[in-house]
Amino acid sequence: MTANFFGDTAVLLGRSLRHITRSLDTIITTTLMPIAFLLLFVYVFGGAIDTGSGDSYVTYLLPGILLITIASGIAYTAFRLFTDMQGGIFERLQSMPIARSSVLWAHVLTSLVANLTSVVVVVLVALLIGFRSGAGVLAWLAVAGILILVTLALTWLAIIAGLSAKTVDGASAFSYPLILLPFISSAFVPTHTMPGPVRFFAEHQPVTSIVNAMRDLLTQQKVNADIGIALAWCLGILIVAYALAMATYRRRTA
Amino acid sequence: MTMQQVRAIHVHGLKKSYKRLEVLRGVDFDVARGSIFALLGSNGAGKTTVVKILSTLLKADAGTANVNEFDVAANAANVRKSISLAGQFAAVDEILSGRENLVLVAKLRQLKAPSRIADDLLRQFSLIDAAGRKVSTYSGGMRRRLDIAMSLVGNSPIIFLDEPTTGLDPEARIEVWRAVKELAEQGTTVLLTTQNLAEAEQLADRIAILHKGRIIVNGTLAELKQLLPSAKVEYVEKQPTLEDVFFAIVGADDKGKPAPTNEEKP
Repeated sequence: MTANFFGDTAVLLGRSLRHITRSLDTIITTTLMPIAFLLLFVYVFGGAIDTGSGDSYVTYLLPGILLITIASGIAYTAFRLFTDMQGGIFERLQSMPIARSSVLWAHVLTSLVANLTSVVVVVLVALLIGFRSGAGVLAWLAVAGILILVTLALTWLAIIAGLSAKTVDGASAFSYPLILLPFISSAFVPTHTMPGPVRFFAEHQPVTSIVNAMRDLLTQQKVNADIGIALAWCLGILIVAYALAMATYRRRTA
Repeated sequence: MTMQQVRAIHVHGLKKSYKRLEVLRGVDFDVARGSIFALLGSNGAGKTTVVKILSTLLKADAGTANVNEFDVAANAANVRKSISLAGQFAAVDEILSGRENLVLVAKLRQLKAPSRIADDLLRQFSLIDAAGRKVSTYSGGMRRRLDIAMSLVGNSPIIFLDEPTTGLDPEARIEVWRAVKELAEQGTTVLLTTQNLAEAEQLADRIAILHKGRIIVNGTLAELKQLLPSAKVEYVEKQPTLEDVFFAIVGADDKGKPAPTNEEKP
């Protein structure tokens, strides 16, 4: 890693942030589906769902909706990287005297900025329809930390997809299962109402512990083992995805 | 030793396969400093693979390649400081404007006054009127001009142009040729790949023909012509070529100059 890594990353970050500000529709379409789910579940299904908690359903629902927001947002990260690879700008950058890894890191940081912007938009909509939290600054920081970690982990998955995809559709298709995963978790309904095998899956997949941890923080519950499991999942996915992305990257330039 | 000093690119025994497909089967050539060297070959001959190896985007399976005296495998960072890439696969950013593309490259090359450098190149390549527009609105010729302009940022001593005129109309092609000639006059070494015979004939000091992964001929145009039986005198009616007709109709005065077509208007 050379000394100009940070400078190069900053210049390239400026470039891809311009891509985002010039196609704000990507932020809008990223938030549209999660907001639609939010409204659908709060105003259509929510009345019939008994979460067993004292909080409003929108408060119960929000952590899962935020994960869906991130899962749909990273599809654009894969798309932007794929476009760079197809168009040839990636190869131009790789042939220049710059820190090569800054090309990937600029995409990762852009993903972080874009996804956190989408998350803020969705939280604002949730506030409008009755989401309230008495959580303190530390709890909010912890929630923000979890969301950043999730975004980073899923972004490196998106980098693998962007580097290895053969078509535009392939570059973003990997995010569909990630968007659906919260449905088989504690995000929308408590897991104890699910039949045995489904419940087992729901309780042992990463979304449930991540959602539970954020929910406990937002509703000022005592934080239990969920946060440890959640962090372990996030870090585990992050490390594996990063290693695979780097291996894919090296194969592309061999 | 003198050979060492004047040699900008040295390639010896270069081999590369993609899975079972042998693309390069032992390629040898040298490019003298300040010259234009054309690598001529049909599609799939391996021209792009050679350029990718020389610009450190691909690793060779065997053989050596030195660019500006640096080994591409062992000293890739110094090779990248010596070169610039343009053409077929080195593209421009569609969402940024022409000026922003040039400023981006200048900043990454850590040059002082990036916007002044951008303005100079925009003027040189007749892109000043379109400088603020998104590249996605540019015509093919404008895009290729910007591409070459981007590869000039930082005055690299060695420039690779991979099929720089493929897909261009005749006027845009002549503009690119003019730019390449100017580069060589300033002392830049140019490695050009092309499948256009006229292009190699127009531009190159030396021409190598890459065929099925090997260089089968390498020499000056005059040397290559000697390979055929000596010229005999025949009387043939001189028909205008379609290119002559094209320029006669669209205006021969525009030949070689940036054409004032409506694509140039903001």
